Amino acid sequence: MRKKPALWGLHASPPGLLKYVLAALPFLVVVLVYLIASDLRHDVNHADKLLPGFGQMLDSLKDLALVPDQRTGKILLLADTLASLKRLLIGVVLASVFGLFLGVNMGLLPGFRALQLSFVTFFSMIPPLAILPILFISFGVGELAKIVLIFIGVFPVIARDIYLASTQVPREQVVKALTLGATQLGVIYRVVLPQILPRLLDTVRLALGPAWLFLIASEAIAATNGLGYRIFLVRRYLAMDIILPYVLWITFIGFSMDWLLRRYMRWRYPWYERGGN
Amino acid sequence: MTDTLASKYQLVIQDVHKSYGEKKVLEDIDLTVRSGEFCTVVGPSGCGKSTLLRLILGQEDVSSGFIYIDGKPVGLPSTDRGIVYQRYSLFPHLSVLDNVILGQTLRIAPWSARSKRKAFVDEAMVYLERMRLAEHSHKLPSELSGGMQQRVAIAQALIAKPKILMMDEPFGALDPETREEMQIFILELWDASRFTVFFVTHDLEEALFLGSRIFVLSQFYTDQRGNGQQIRRGAKIVADHHLPKTPLSAETKRAPHFLDLMESIRRDGFNPAHLQHVDDFNLRHPDSFRTLSPGEGDSQSDRMPQLWDKSQ
Ligand SMILES: Nc1ncnc2c1ncn2[C@@H]1O[C@H](COP(=O)(O)OP(=O)(O)OP(=O)(O)O)[C@@H](O)[C@H]1O
Ligand SMILES: [Mg+2]
Repeated sequence: MRKKPALWGLHASPPGLLKYVLAALPFLVVVLVYLIASDLRHDVNHADKLLPGFGQMLDSLKDLALVPDQRTGKILLLADTLASLKRLLIGVVLASVFGLFLGVNMGLLPGFRALQLSFVTFFSMIPPLAILPILFISFGVGELAKIVLIFIGVFPVIARDIYLASTQVPREQVVKALTLGATQLGVIYRVVLPQILPRLLDTVRLALGPAWLFLIASEAIAATNGLGYRIFLVRRYLAMDIILPYVLWITFIGFSMDWLLRRYMRWRYPWYERGGN
Repeated sequence: MTDTLASKYQLVIQDVHKSYGEKKVLEDIDLTVRSGEFCTVVGPSGCGKSTLLRLILGQEDVSSGFIYIDGKPVGLPSTDRGIVYQRYSLFPHLSVLDNVILGQTLRIAPWSARSKRKAFVDEAMVYLERMRLAEHSHKLPSELSGGMQQRVAIAQALIAKPKILMMDEPFGALDPETREEMQIFILELWDASRFTVFFVTHDLEEALFLGSRIFVLSQFYTDQRGNGQQIRRGAKIVADHHLPKTPLSAETKRAPHFLDLMESIRRDGFNPAHLQHVDDFNLRHPDSFRTLSPGEGDSQSDRMPQLWDKSQ
C-alpha cells in the first residue's frame, strides 16, 4: 500500500506531534509579526502606545490583576470579569431555558407552532442592538437592560434551532413512545426533550459569540464595571497595553467556555456525536 | 354484524380506503385477523403496505372505512398495538436496558420511577435473557449490530404486552444470514406465546416462511372499470392464504409446496403484466371476507356490508 502523505492532499494524516506543531504555527506567526511590528515602532518612537511590547502589557496587567484599585479597593480585572460573567450567564441561561421549552413545544405541537412560529421568526429578525436604546429607556442603565439585551439577542436563535431539531425527531419515535404508554406530555418532556439537550448545548456554544457581542456593546454604552466597560473606558487614553490583554482575556474565557461545554457534552451525552442508530 | 365479527376476530378492517390527495393508495380493504395469528402482508414495492400498517397503528387516518381492534374502533397510537419499524425503533440516547424499561417508566410519574426501577429492571432482564442480550444491557443501541438492535426493539415492544405486535420490514436492513436467524428467532418467540402479529414485508419468501396466514396486497388487478392505464386504482388484497406451520426449519423454504405457492403469489400479486379480475382473487382463507362496495354488485343504496364467505 502507498504510504499516506503527512501533510498534503485529501489523504493526508498528520502524525500526532506534527498536528500540534501545525496547530501552534498560526499563533506563533501572529505573535512574531506583532513583536516585529512593535519593535519597529518603538525604534522610531520610544513612547509608542499603539503596539505595546509584551513587557509593557504585563506591567499594566499586573496593576489590574494584582493590585487593588485605590478608589474602590477591588482588584479590577477580577471585579470586571465577575460582573461581565454574571450578566452573560444569566442572559444565556434564561435564553436557553426559554428557548428550549418554546422550541420543543413548537416542534411537536402543531397548534402551538401555528400560534408561535411566525412570531418567533419575525422577532428573531429584529436587530437587538437597534433596540438597545429602548431597553435602556425602559429598563434603566442597570443590570436588567444588559441581561435583557443578551436574552433578546440569543433567545430566538436558540428557540428556532431547538424547533428545527425537534421537528427532525422521526415521527416513528413519537408513535413508538405512544405505543409504549407515554402520555402526550410524556412524549415531549420525557422522550424528545432528553434527546434535544445536547443539541441545546451545541446551540449555546454557537450563541456564546453573539452573547459576548451584546454584552460588550451594552457595557460600552452604560455601565460602571465589566470587561467591555473597561476596554471602552481606557480607549480614551489610547491604552492599548490594557485593551489588548483584556481582549485576549475575553477570548480566552470564551474559548474555555466552549471547550468546557464540549467536554461536558462528550462525557454526559456519549451517544450524541455518534449519531444514534 | 360487526358485533359478531368483533367477537370472533381481534382485528377487523372493513371498507378501508386511503388516498393522499388525488392518489389512491388503498382501495376497499376488508380483512379479519384472529387472535394469535401470525399474519404477513406482502406486496410489490410502493403498493401501500406501510400505509395499511400506519392506519391500523393510528399513525394516520383512513379516508373512509373502519378498523376495529377487539370490537373497538382504533384511535391514536396506544399500548394495544406495539410497533417495530425497520429503523428508529430504539431511542438512541438510552441504553439497551433503559430502552426496554422505557414503556413501564413512561406509564408512571417521573418522580416515582426511581423507586420502581428495581422491579422494572428485573422484568426487563428476563426479556433480554430471552433475546440473548443480557450481557449487552448497558450498551447504547449504536454499539449493537443491526440484528441485536432489532431484538432489543422486539423486547421493548413485547414487554408492553400489546394485543397486536405490528412490524414494518423489521429485518429489511439485515444481511441474509442475520435475517434468517431473526426469522427463526421471532417464530420461536411466537410459538412460545402466540401473540398476534401483523408483519409487513416486501420479501415474499420471508412472508411465506413466517406467516400462519399471508395477505397479498397489490395494485396489479383489473375490475369492471376496464383495463386502461389511466384508471387510478388503489391496492387491494388480491390473495389470502392459510399457511400450515411445519416444524421450524429454514429447510421449509425449499419444500415444493412452498415454492409452488411462491410462484402463484408472484404471478397474482407482483406481475404488472398479469392482471387478475377482482372476482377471481384467491381469497380461500376461511376467515377471508369481502364487503360489496358501490360499483361491485348491487349495494349502491345499502352500505351495510354483506359477507361473502368464500369457504362455502
Ligand atoms: N404521506 C404521504 N403523502 C403522499 N403519498 C404517500 C404518503 N405516504 C405514502 N404515499 C404513497 O403511497 C404509496 C404507498 O406507500 P407505502 O409506503 O405504504 O408503500 P409500501 O408498500 O410500504 O412500499 P415499500 O415496499 O417501498 O415499503 C406510495 O406510492 C407512496 O408514494
Ligand atoms: Mg413500506
